[in-house]
Amino acid sequence: MSKTILIVDDSRSIRQMVSFTLKDEGYDVKEAEDGKDALQKFNGTPIHMMITDLHMPKLDGIGLIREVRATSGYKFIPIIMLTTESQEEKKKEGKDAGATGWIVKPFKPEQLIGVVKKVLG
Amino acid sequence: MKGMDEGKKAFVSEAYELLRELESQLLELEESSDDELLNSVFRTMHTIKGASAMFGFDDISTLTHELETVFDLVRSGRMTITKELIDLTLASRDNIFEMLSTDDTDGEVGVLNLDLLGSIKKLIPSIADAVTGSYEDHGPDLQNVQERHDMKMYWIRFLPGKDLFMDGTNPLNLMRELSELGTCKIYSMVENIPELDDMDAEQCYTSWDALLITDKGVNAIKDVFIFVEDRCELKIKILDETGGVSDAEQKKLGEILVENGDITEEDLQKVLTKQRRLGEILVEEGVISSRKVDSALLEQQHLKDMRMRQETAKEALSVRVASEKLDGLVDLVGELVTVQARLSQFADMKDDANLLSIAEEVERLTDDLRESTMSIRMLPIGSTFSKFRRLIRDLSGELGKEVNMTTEGAETELDKTVIEKLNDPLVHIIRNCLFHGIEDPETRYAKGKPGAGTIHLSAEHSGAHVLIHISDDGAGVDVEAVRRKAIERRLISEDDELTNDETVSLIFAPGFSTAKEVTDVSGRGVGMDVVKKEMESLRGDIEIRTVMGEGTTITLKLPLTLAIIDGLLVKMADSFYVLPLSLVEECVELTGADIASSHGKHIADVRGEIVPYVRLRELFGSNGSKPDMEQIVITNADNRRVGFVVDHVIGEHQTVIKTLGRVFKNVDGVSGATILGDGTVALILDVQKLMLYAEEDELKTIENYQRSYKRGGSL
Repeated sequence: MSKTILIVDDSRSIRQMVSFTLKDEGYDVKEAEDGKDALQKFNGTPIHMMITDLHMPKLDGIGLIREVRATSGYKFIPIIMLTTESQEEKKKEGKDAGATGWIVKPFKPEQLIGVVKKVLG
Repeated sequence: MKGMDEGKKAFVSEAYELLRELESQLLELEESSDDELLNSVFRTMHTIKGASAMFGFDDISTLTHELETVFDLVRSGRMTITKELIDLTLASRDNIFEMLSTDDTDGEVGVLNLDLLGSIKKLIPSIADAVTGSYEDHGPDLQNVQERHDMKMYWIRFLPGKDLFMDGTNPLNLMRELSELGTCKIYSMVENIPELDDMDAEQCYTSWDALLITDKGVNAIKDVFIFVEDRCELKIKILDETGGVSDAEQKKLGEILVENGDITEEDLQKVLTKQRRLGEILVEEGVISSRKVDSALLEQQHLKDMRMRQETAKEALSVRVASEKLDGLVDLVGELVTVQARLSQFADMKDDANLLSIAEEVERLTDDLRESTMSIRMLPIGSTFSKFRRLIRDLSGELGKEVNMTTEGAETELDKTVIEKLNDPLVHIIRNCLFHGIEDPETRYAKGKPGAGTIHLSAEHSGAHVLIHISDDGAGVDVEAVRRKAIERRLISEDDELTNDETVSLIFAPGFSTAKEVTDVSGRGVGMDVVKKEMESLRGDIEIRTVMGEGTTITLKLPLTLAIIDGLLVKMADSFYVLPLSLVEECVELTGADIASSHGKHIADVRGEIVPYVRLRELFGSNGSKPDMEQIVITNADNRRVGFVVDHVIGEHQTVIKTLGRVFKNVDGVSGATILGDGTVALILDVQKLMLYAEEDELKTIENYQRSYKRGGSL
């Protein structure tokens, strides 16, 4: 069974790019446009990995990561943050909240696949 | 990539929407500065910036980056909203709109307004410059992994913090990624795992040592651990900087342990005074766990292996050359052989001693050149063999069988082209072994065989040929079943009497397959007949030997090379023909007396053995009268002897094979052509095909033959 990856970003184009790229690699992909929307998706079929933007309306990426880590069954799933800031403090904040790793935008599809393979196996 | 194109399309329409929203948001913001409004303006900038950079709209990204910085300062209260700011932002929005709408499909063509960009930059106080500067840092650049470095050996110790799992990191994925960088041995250190009662299952107690030989460089190794670098201790040591291990090979176990920080120099000195194996003593003394010693021993072993490998590498100092260049070289040598043949012929005619000696010298050199050129194209078959290890492993698993593969003669060399074409037939034969040959473990036990079957691949030289044997210790071919099937398929008739070998050979007949059902693994509608055809196209042969209940051996006989063969040049009327010398056994004379004694049948008595023959003169409809004394060239293929009657046997000939071209691809009985010294074209005869004619000839008469030949047109 193919693994399900949730992509959370308020930019539709980024969601589509991520979604198409990962579907091409054989993953199932779910999309959410902000943190609140993302938490809803965790109620359905299991999610094996999350990729999330940090700047989002309603619930931002850092808050979302904390919430997901506190959700039963999702304590150990890989979470990758998408960030345009390469500043150490943002990365560190995300890591402390429980993110597994990060991808700095802009990224190429191959880089995305590389990171997904790295953390999801 | 598809994801990129789709994303780009989506970006353009998304950007339009965002820009329309932005316009009204900005106008509202001018009226009243509301925090929520400010945030959403910032977010819009941020979104456009991120997405435009992603999809290659660099100018849009640059512009929005500056705007984002400005609005971030406004958000944090370090700047206030002015009319100037709103004007510039609105102008920027229009500029972005232009850049997008100039060309919706091929990215931006609209021009970035540099004055505008400059004005916005001026708004940003110098304190913010540090922040903007860091934008170019793209973080872990996974592309760099492709960089090539020298092959080096690294020792890597990965000591993760206990909280490693807390951020979703799976250390096994890291180890897998590490091992994908090159040749890798990983050792896990489990001595820190506490007793079950004291253990917290959510904590990581294991650490890992790895030895890695890679050409990817140390940064590629660090990249593997990039997400956990602040949560682990990572030691990377280059074991041989120069690619040589001359000093590393001297390393003693103790030195390695001290260097890895597992023991101290004093520990080492203390135990060195005792005369026993260092590792045992260290463990006994409680200085170190046996696992750490094992790891260091492994490192030592690797250094030894490395040295061995370097020694072999020295012997086989090699250069990589594009295969087209080799093909070109072979073509040139082929032409040279042709010209040399012409020279020799001319020298013979002139009968000039000087010219003759030059011609002989050229002949010798050409021969040497031909041989060494051919040897350059030779590749060991080993790599082909090892490809099948995986196939056997996967397929046997799928079939619920246990199968081991053994190989022999992996160093045997064959022409590159032959090796390439050998792949498909081998896959087919091995599939057959796995599916029809090797039984499932229960059946094997019942027969008193070991549960795991064996497939043995071996290669050996035999004259101008290479023999490849594929043997299994499976059930063997059921001769009765083959016979029944052959009768059912009307390949033989009920009362045909065949030897076991002949019967088994029927599995090579077109359309023959004994599989009871079509499965995923075998029975794809392609039978052994296809394998046989492929072998024939390689001018090779296939043979099967089987013992019921004990196993089957299939032998492929392949020529060493496809480009130049040793041929036997013969002549009929005014035309020359070449027979592959490897198939020729002998030449005998066909006298009028022989013809008379065979009562019109085309058979000759060769020292007591009856051999059927084909009259090539009649077959090819040659003109002119035949000589009083004809020659029979006796050939042997597929263990059948057939003679070919020709006017004259000229002698051995180095035959450079030229294909006949597409127009003649359906011509039977001729496999190619060659150019003789004087420029005459000689056809190379396809002996196997012609033998089939001879076989039919035993049933019909040659007159029947000629009729059918005239119907089919002449060559």
